[in-house]
Amino acid sequence: MIIFDKVTKRLGGKTVLNEVSFEVPRGETFVIVGLSGAGKSVTLKHMVQLMRPDSGAVRIGEDVISAARGAELERMRRRFGVLFQGAALLQWLSVFENVALPLRELTKMTPEEIEKTVREKLRLLNMEDSMETFPSDLSGGMQKRVGLARAIVMNPEIILYDEPTSGLDPVTSRLIDKLIENLRKELGITSVVVTHDLHSALAIGTRIMMIDGGKIVENATPEEFIESTNETVQRFLEAQYITRRGAWEKGMEQHV
Amino acid sequence: MIAPFKEIYRYIDLPIKSSRRLGRIIVLACHDMGNALIMLASATLYIRTLWKPRARYETAMQLYVTGIKSLGVITVVAFFTGMILALQTGLELRRFGQEVNIGTAVTVVMIREMGPFMTGLIIAASVGSAIAAQLGTMAVSEEISALEVMSINPNRFLVMPRLVALAVMMPILTVYTNILGILGGGIVGSTQLGVSFQAYLDNATRYAENKDLYVGLFKAFIFGIIISTVACYQGLSTIEGAVGVGRATRQTVIISFLMILIIGYMITRLFYI
Repeated sequence: MIIFDKVTKRLGGKTVLNEVSFEVPRGETFVIVGLSGAGKSVTLKHMVQLMRPDSGAVRIGEDVISAARGAELERMRRRFGVLFQGAALLQWLSVFENVALPLRELTKMTPEEIEKTVREKLRLLNMEDSMETFPSDLSGGMQKRVGLARAIVMNPEIILYDEPTSGLDPVTSRLIDKLIENLRKELGITSVVVTHDLHSALAIGTRIMMIDGGKIVENATPEEFIESTNETVQRFLEAQYITRRGAWEKGMEQHV
Repeated sequence: MIAPFKEIYRYIDLPIKSSRRLGRIIVLACHDMGNALIMLASATLYIRTLWKPRARYETAMQLYVTGIKSLGVITVVAFFTGMILALQTGLELRRFGQEVNIGTAVTVVMIREMGPFMTGLIIAASVGSAIAAQLGTMAVSEEISALEVMSINPNRFLVMPRLVALAVMMPILTVYTNILGILGGGIVGSTQLGVSFQAYLDNATRYAENKDLYVGLFKAFIFGIIISTVACYQGLSTIEGAVGVGRATRQTVIISFLMILIIGYMITRLFYI
């Protein structure tokens, strides 16, 4: 379980997170939505201590990750896989080497075991044919799929997704959505997804939280979220042509 | 009535604002220097992981980039440095009929100062800037964050191989610069100043001491550590996209040049006074 306890973060004189408190239960797909600059990615970065809160604490179960250092922090981070917005693949390594990197650096697996594991993960994402390709020769969608393969290669308990479908075509977006959903259903992995895409959020989320101006304006199940009377939420829904249940249910049917 | 007071206030306020700004610059510089030294210490401790295949491969790659890929420009610069030194000192010494001593002048100046100094400047401008640009691009595209989240320490994975490569390669390249510089001086001596190559070499080896060579190589080693530390620190702390990468590259070259000059002087003073 991920717990945010009154987390405040100021960046460049602006309060990005203002005493934010919420919990992500184990095995859920927790989606964080909001406008650009609302503090979604900052929230995500606090979960793996890429940022430290000015006040408050972030806990992963019993571990206080926001206060951890050195080997303790490394141990906590190994519970996570992260898919970055731009995939963040190392450009001088091939697809295979990128996915194999954490296995080579952090485990004592033999080269044969590493190859088997990497192939398995890449097959899951339909990227097995591009193993020797370099990231610069891949499209944005393919890079994200490789990034996702790298995020899951160590079999993490929790996966964080920063805008997993931004800049992707609808078909690839739904493929990524389906993968996130499958990881939850089949492996019980806890997922935290930051996205602008409400269609995707409503389809994959078991809980949706909206941040605006550094504060949580809604934290609800998809059913409750769509019915929210909060003005900010309603404006956000309308901006994506989602009006109450109709459009969302249609999206869900297509997806499932 | 108020306007003149405003003018006076502006003149009073100016030194206060300037001193505040200067104070902020000094504090930030100390902060950066402290963080860079922590990064250097951390990378140095990780040298014990050099036996691992990936670390060995990455270090070999950096040795290749630093050494082999810089040879062309170093060859030209070293050769012409020696030629200029020989010509300038030779023309002056000829006035006293002492042009035969250009061998000593060129050799001592090359191995004590110009060899490590010129090599340091070239490596800072070519390799140091490239390291800052590469790590800076990695930082702004979240590749460094990705490494951190995977519990792969960037100081071990990225800084240590570059530190080792530059610290090892700088003295080697300095020896190469020295040899070419002395050869360049010899060619100028024999073709322009009427000093035979054999006489030039005899003169060159007669007065140069082993200490000159060791101090020069020590300087080169220190310059290698300076360039790699400055470049890696500037690269890893890059923010603000492409503008930030440009800034990191420029800062790397400027800071490395200044430190090479200042530390070079201090080492000379330490060993020769």
